[in-house]
Amino acid sequence: MHYLMSVELDQSGPRPTEAEQERNFARVGAVNDEMKAQGIWVFAGGLLPYDSATVVRVQDGTTTMTDGPFAETKEQLAGFWVIEVPDLDAALSWAEKCAEACEAPIEVRPFDGLA
Amino acid sequence: MDLTSVYRAEYGRCVATLTRLLGDIGLAEEAVQDAFAVAMEKWAQPGEEVPRNPGAWIVTTARNRALDRIRRESTREARHAQALLLHQPEETEEVGPVRDDQLRLIFTCCHPALSPLAQTALTLRLLGGLEVPEIARAYLAPEATISQRIVRAKKKIRDAGIPYRVPAEAELPHRLPPVLTVLYLIFNEGYTATTGPLLRTDLSAEAVRLARALADLMPDEPEVLGLLALLLLTEARRPARTAPSGEIVTLAEQDRTLWNRELIAEGHELVRRCLRRDRPGPYQIQAAINAVHTDGPATDWRQVLALYDQLMALTPTPIVALNRAVAVAEVHGPAVALAAVEELDIPGYHLLPATRADLLARLGRTDEAVAAYAEAITLATNDTERTFLETRRADLADEARG
Repeated sequence: MHYLMSVELDQSGPRPTEAEQERNFARVGAVNDEMKAQGIWVFAGGLLPYDSATVVRVQDGTTTMTDGPFAETKEQLAGFWVIEVPDLDAALSWAEKCAEACEAPIEVRPFDGLA
Repeated sequence: MDLTSVYRAEYGRCVATLTRLLGDIGLAEEAVQDAFAVAMEKWAQPGEEVPRNPGAWIVTTARNRALDRIRRESTREARHAQALLLHQPEETEEVGPVRDDQLRLIFTCCHPALSPLAQTALTLRLLGGLEVPEIARAYLAPEATISQRIVRAKKKIRDAGIPYRVPAEAELPHRLPPVLTVLYLIFNEGYTATTGPLLRTDLSAEAVRLARALADLMPDEPEVLGLLALLLLTEARRPARTAPSGEIVTLAEQDRTLWNRELIAEGHELVRRCLRRDRPGPYQIQAAINAVHTDGPATDWRQVLALYDQLMALTPTPIVALNRAVAVAEVHGPAVALAAVEELDIPGYHLLPATRADLLARLGRTDEAVAAYAEAITLATNDTERTFLETRRADLADEARG
């Protein structure tokens, strides 16, 4: 089964310091390495913060574009993993490592098949 | 053995085994219900009778019929189940700490990915064999809510890929608390059935069986031992709890010679083991309270009150407060206890007005007591309990008229 593991970060506060960023980078990197070694890593990436986002809408043939993220919430998607594991217990076990590495909650959601 | 008893006794076990065979709860339930439909028809025929091991018959029939059906279907569940069934090894020893299908299913139903209410509702439905109205009563919740939760929980198990497996040793300690809650609720439902006769012996027996298996599996977890002790010490008093006429007999009036001495001894021993561990928890304290009730010719209420104080410190719920008030009445008199009870609000819970009624009666406030009993009667859903309350109310009303 494929699972999407999203990192939800409160990005309304001050940005992490360079030292904090490097530490997270190293920890997340270690998790990625472990995932790849176990053959369950499909894809992963960190996203630039919400102010780099653009929303595109098409309605009645008209396209509008808005500066900023889709959801006006404190918690924003900061990055995600796609993994392939046998069941939810395996996914949750990885999610624990991710949550620890990112110091943020991880939402674990199953894919409804892949394209 | 009549068919209804067979159904109640075997449903949970069969669903658990079929879940292992088919890998899907929904398919397992359908298969078992299917097999029971066949069984009911077959065994009701003249010349036919219920086989000596009805559970085995149901499982075999369910498995065969499921295999037939999924060969014809092409859903994802069906394909997966077919693969599982066809590769099922012959009777092999189960790997892992739990050998019992039902325990495995209960841990799955109590998975942390499910909400606490969903865990209990699902387990009560699949393993306890309770119907939705009975579960709704245990939660003082509407039937539609419970029904919906069960449907959603099964869907979540399927969609999110919650596996049907035994938690690994390291996971067991944090996978345990919801399981204990569920077993307690099942036992309680069996001890004070929602509708019909007061005691559904099969449910309580099932809860005790599962609790024993759990204690076997986790002998070093004091709350597991505490739960088992609590169930045994409560179960021990069952023979004295109803008069031959079927009426309730209160603890104070029970013929203690009818109590099951072996279960009491076993319960006391478990409580002692727990005390030595010195890792107190709510089930252990409740077990200790019941140990005091079953120790000697009369309850030492001061000890009971002290234990309720401990329990309140750990789990300060209105129901614990209510039970504590009963002990307060015995130690400090009904007036003090009544003051405590009047601060409580437990909507839909008949024992609150019933307790109030009893205290009011003891204080000679007869009219108010009668009114409180009337309130309790409207809330009681168990026939035997309702009769008990009606008798009390009637006796008091007579007294009031003088």
